[in-house]
This record gives sequence, C-alpha cells and structure tokens, in this order.
Amino acid sequence: MTEPTSLPAGAPAAAGAPAGPDLAALLRASARGDEVAFAQLYDATAARVHGLALRVVRDPAQAEEVTQEAFLDVWRTAARFDADRGSALSWLLTVTHRKAVDRVRSAEASSRRDTSYHQQNQPIDHDSTAEAATASMEARRVRGALASLTPVQREAVELAYFGGYTHTEVASMLQLPVGTAKTRIRDGLIRLRDAMGVGQ
Amino acid sequence: MNDVHALSGAYAVDALDDIERAQFERHLVECAECRHEVDSLRAGAAMLAELEPVAPSPGLRDRILAEVATVRPLPPQVVEVRPRRRRFPTLVAAAAAVVAVGIGGGIVYDRLSDDTPSDINISATERVVEAPDAERYVQRFDDGSSAIVYRSVSLGQAVIVTKGMADPGEGKVYELWLERDGEMIAAGFMPEGPDNTVLLSGDAASADGVGITVEPEGGSAEPNLDSAVVLSFDA
Repeated sequence: MTEPTSLPAGAPAAAGAPAGPDLAALLRASARGDEVAFAQLYDATAARVHGLALRVVRDPAQAEEVTQEAFLDVWRTAARFDADRGSALSWLLTVTHRKAVDRVRSAEASSRRDTSYHQQNQPIDHDSTAEAATASMEARRVRGALASLTPVQREAVELAYFGGYTHTEVASMLQLPVGTAKTRIRDGLIRLRDAMGVGQ
Repeated sequence: MNDVHALSGAYAVDALDDIERAQFERHLVECAECRHEVDSLRAGAAMLAELEPVAPSPGLRDRILAEVATVRPLPPQVVEVRPRRRRFPTLVAAAAAVVAVGIGGGIVYDRLSDDTPSDINISATERVVEAPDAERYVQRFDDGSSAIVYRSVSLGQAVIVTKGMADPGEGKVYELWLERDGEMIAAGFMPEGPDNTVLLSGDAASADGVGITVEPEGGSAEPNLDSAVVLSFDA
C-alpha cells in the first residue's frame, strides 16, 4: 500500500457524489414505483452490491441470492431512505452487508457455513459498464484510505466487514481481549471514514 | 466515553451478536452522538465495496426487475404506524395440507407463561422469551411434537422452541422463515435433533408470522410451500 491518500484532481468527493447518475434521485423515484429508475439504480450499483455480497458469503449462488434480497429490500423500503443520514450508495451497501452477514450467520448456526472458495463470477470488465468507469479510480482511493489504518486496525476491520465475524469472534481469532477488538474496529473505521472524507 | 458507545464501530459493520445489537439499538434511540457516528462509519465502510466490484450474472437483473414489478413499495414511515393484519391464503392453505401427513392441531395464542427454552443461544433467546412484551404462539402436532414461537416486538426478535420434532429426512433440513407482506424471508435453520431453541434472523417486529418448511440441505431461495407450517402472529 504505497498509494497516496490525497485525492486526484477531479475525483468524486464522496460516496454520495459519484460521477454518474444521481442515486438518491433514482431511489426517490423508485419509492414512487418507477421501475425504470430502479433499473437504472441497479445498473449503476449492481457490481458493487454483488461484489460485497460475494466477498462476505463467498459462494456465488448465495451471493446472487443476497444481491437479490438486498435490491428487493431497497425497492420495498426506498421511501424510508433518509438522505440526512448518508448517501444512497452507503444505504444500499449497508442493507446488502446486513443481508450478507445474516446469511453467513444463519448458515453457521446450522453448521452449514459455506466454505467454498470458488468464485465463478468474473471480476467486472472495466470497459463494459458505466459503473466501471469510475470503479478503478474509486478503488485506488479506497486502497489509499485503507493504508492509513494501522495493520492491526485493518486486520480487525477486514475480519469484521468482509469476514462477517462479530467483534468477539474477531478478538478470539486475533487472540485479543474482547474490548481491544471492538476498539480496533471502531478506530479503524474512524480512520477509514476520515481518509475517505465521507460521513462528516 | 462509556462502554456502550464504544460498540458503535462494531454495530456499524454488523459485528455485534443479537443481544449486543438489541442493547445498542436501545442506546441509539437516546444517543444522537452515536447515531451520527454510526451513520458516518457506515459511509466509510461502504466504500470498501469499491475494492472488488463483481458483475452478477445477466439473468439476475431480469429476475430482480421481474420480481420488483410484482411488489408494492412501502410508504414512507409516518409518525404513527399501526400494525396491519394480513392473511396469507396460499400459505394457510399450504399449512392445512400438512395435516395430510399427520400434523394437526391448532395455533394457540396466549401471553408469555413459564416455558423456558434450553440449548443454544441461551442468553439471546432468553432475552426474547422474557421480554415484557413477549408474545407466545403454540403449534402442537399429532405426533406429539410441538413448536412454540416467542416474539418481542420491542426487541424485533423471535425465537422458536421445538420439542420432539421428527427428522426432516436424509439430506433435508427445517428452514425457518419470517413472513412479511405475503413474502417469506429466510430466517435461518433448525439444527439437527428433535429439541431446539433458535433465534430467527431478521426483523420479527414487522413480520406477520413464522414459517417452517422442509428444504434440501443448505436451504432454498424460495420456500417449499407444500411442506409449510405457518404460525401467524395475528392468530
């Protein structure tokens, strides 16, 4: 991680203001039953939603189910999106993350946690979709922001966010006292937020 | 900074267990500082999804858009939301069909009595069962087995306690569902064995009932309605 954390000129300022369609406006239209707007919302965000679901649940078929559940939930509850509390993309990914974590935990509760590491889906073709146009630049910014975390903060954040583990499980996996893991997760997220310049 | 406040990060990335989550959500109601912090940390965490975008299969878009066309978006939340009672003809009919394979008995609704669960998730489930607003729904089957669902609207959680449940069969599992607006939303699985206590995942407060179905191991995207037993919260 040697990339600078400063923003390249003209980079999107935050999750709420990406180049491309106005996601909040598409969400508001979706809340009124506008299926065309919802399709645009899907096209603008599906790769990020699915990428997140896949990263957490790992199994491609289950990841698609999580992606489907998340988008249906977004459609049903679009009217409850509150722009004062964050960007449309952040809300969408929060919904997705919760569904992905619920999926791995319920599978785990029945001793069926999927341990498949196969990923049949292909990484997004960076030339093929509108969403991809800014993806690579955004990914560079995020990697830069992640580099501002200490290694132990980063480890804890990644186990919690991508691993779907509870802070207690993270503590056990890293052989830390319970209070230490939750502090690392919080401190790491604060650094990430500040480095990304979002949610202020 | 008190101890509860320090859970904001873990809460923002869904890294709390069910009890901690319920506790922290109660705290959030009265702590504007934590609400703001959670929102901001979620915004930061969401950026991690920029790292590995992966296009889903093209068929998924068609499936989602087709399904969306059949689902009415919910209205905005207004000051007072009164719970509405709904019936699910398809599922109720499916539940009736279960009688044919030897399961019968009525659904009984009463306030919480002194049944206490044992087994896994003891503290999380106790919290629901012992909640002041816990509701209790009992389904007894002809083979002597029973299922009791406890729901606490204030906690937004439901627990199912089974006694003497028959084995679902080779390669099969009992899958749990929450019904909401006529939809069945996957809510976890019953572990193996006749007697279990399981905390359902998902928001039980807004659910209209709990369903149990027999599914292939690993579960199904859609419930097998032929096997469905449904306990409606408005019974």
